[in-house]
Amino acid sequence: MNNSLIVLPLLIPFITAIILIFFRKNIPVQRLLSVIGSVLTIVAASFLVATVYTKGIQTTNLGNWEAPFGITLVSDMFSALLVLTTSIIALVCLLYSFHSIEKSREEHYYYPVLFFLILGVNGAFTTGDIFNLFVFFEVMLMASYVLLAIGGTKPQLRETIKYLLVNIISSGLFVIAIAYLYSIVGTLNMAHIGMRLNEMGQSGIVTVIAVLFLIVFGIKGAIFPLYFWLPGAYYVPPAPVMALFGALLTKVGVYAITRTYTLFFTQDVAYTHGLLEVLAILTIIIGAIGAIAYSDVKKIIIYNIIIAIGVILFGISSFTAEALTGSVFYLIHDMIIKAALFLLIGIIIKIAGSSNLKEMGGLINRYPGLAWTYFLAALALAGVPPLSGFIGKVLIIRSGIEAGNYWGSGVVLMSSLFVLFSVMRIFINGFWGEAREYKNEETVPVKRLLVAPVILTICAVLYGVGTEAIYPIISLAAETLSDPEIYINAVLKE
Amino acid sequence: MKTNNVILETATRILLFIILVFAIDIFFAGHYYPGGGFIGGLIFAGALVLLLITYDIKTVAKFLPFNYLVVIAVGLLFAVGTGIGGLLFGKAFLTHWFTYVDFPILGKLSLHTAVLFDIGVVLVVIGTAMAIIQTIGESD
Repeated sequence: MNNSLIVLPLLIPFITAIILIFFRKNIPVQRLLSVIGSVLTIVAASFLVATVYTKGIQTTNLGNWEAPFGITLVSDMFSALLVLTTSIIALVCLLYSFHSIEKSREEHYYYPVLFFLILGVNGAFTTGDIFNLFVFFEVMLMASYVLLAIGGTKPQLRETIKYLLVNIISSGLFVIAIAYLYSIVGTLNMAHIGMRLNEMGQSGIVTVIAVLFLIVFGIKGAIFPLYFWLPGAYYVPPAPVMALFGALLTKVGVYAITRTYTLFFTQDVAYTHGLLEVLAILTIIIGAIGAIAYSDVKKIIIYNIIIAIGVILFGISSFTAEALTGSVFYLIHDMIIKAALFLLIGIIIKIAGSSNLKEMGGLINRYPGLAWTYFLAALALAGVPPLSGFIGKVLIIRSGIEAGNYWGSGVVLMSSLFVLFSVMRIFINGFWGEAREYKNEETVPVKRLLVAPVILTICAVLYGVGTEAIYPIISLAAETLSDPEIYINAVLKE
Repeated sequence: MKTNNVILETATRILLFIILVFAIDIFFAGHYYPGGGFIGGLIFAGALVLLLITYDIKTVAKFLPFNYLVVIAVGLLFAVGTGIGGLLFGKAFLTHWFTYVDFPILGKLSLHTAVLFDIGVVLVVIGTAMAIIQTIGESD
């Protein structure tokens, strides 16, 4: 079947990135083109979501080669929603970049690289071929190396080396894992792999490969024993890059775990998903400890990413329709709200000139808009009912309790408290208290910078308030996840 | 004291031509024999590296005044354009065509749009290799 709509959220960022290379020195043109490119991406992604909603899973076989033999791009509701969220976050981070990135960075291909990152992320969400997933991972990672190193300050370079090393090793493991899988099933198409693994039934080697994939994607997505690179690497880049990383990169790892653990490895659920569950709970605990321990605003939000990854994976590991719905809800919520929070603390750090909580205070008097946006975003992150983080966690916890997993559900429930405590500490210490004089606050264009996080916070609020309206869309996404047959049939039996 | 590289320079003049022909041959052989865009581009870049060794960076930049990052971008445009060509004719992205054409001297040849894609690959490979070498060579 020929369906070119799926290609557009990949093609538009790609072409934008290429064209932007030609206009290296002309920054106004770069800005204009990048806004046009990202708006078009959002439009294409919205059409894609609408099409998937009305007509079911969309597939396209690149180069007109039939499904298991060529590369297939597959857009089910899950990936279409993630692509839409990615596109929105990209636009918002761009708007923020205009007022916060220095000219020297802009002239060194900041915008083209940003679009290559979006290409990689959108491609990873859309592809239906496991090796193509690897390639898009690399596209995304290459772009992220550049975004991390661009500017060339000393801490950036130090962390880029660590980040590079960790990701090269995990990419090597990814290739090895694909090689093992290929030697067993003899195919790379994801639907075809799922079908063949189901026909083969349970065997020891498949479980080994499942764990190997968990290690690979666990390094990308920062789960418990493999998260060690993340706090350093996400600490050093400028705020919009940090927001892009925090919102998108780890979530691609989470997406890959979700896809492989719902489509491929469904034979030995007791072991594989049991392991995932234990790791998810430990991830939540580690994240909570980190979020409370630091009095540095960046570190607090960074450890909140780790908590959220644990919560989402706990939902995936339960592997019931309800928990998967909760996970999808929480994943999209978390992408939006993490981007918003990183952009907000970016503004705070710019004003205060430091990311240390002890060196700030009294911001609410002069910046009430900033303060209340942050307050709303913090409540949404913690999952206070009318806002966006609520419904996902409720579904995850409820299905955990129904499955008799009281410990895990208890940890998820407790983690909300720690999340709320950690982000409220920023609010109480940073915004309340006595006003201070900050050296370079005059030069910070707070109002213009605030546009981007406000857009995201509004999205988060609408996402929470409009849960009833969004629910059928999300449950459609969870339906394909909980029943791999739908995905396999859509790809292979046209 | 300035060393005189007359042997190296003379050898380069002859070798350069042979290497470039070899690169082009490898590139066009790609569909039926080992070779193709990637290796063709690397050999081409190898010829340029030989020039860089024989002369210095400024001289080479004078008679090859390319910004190699733009070369990369043009190569990418070729590759994407070939893919979009498939879309424009109502087929899936990256669908290719071929046809047989009788040429006066060369005889019956197949023309394939995959060659356009490969030209993109060649340009990207040359651009990347040269950009890396020039950047490292110029920085002190």
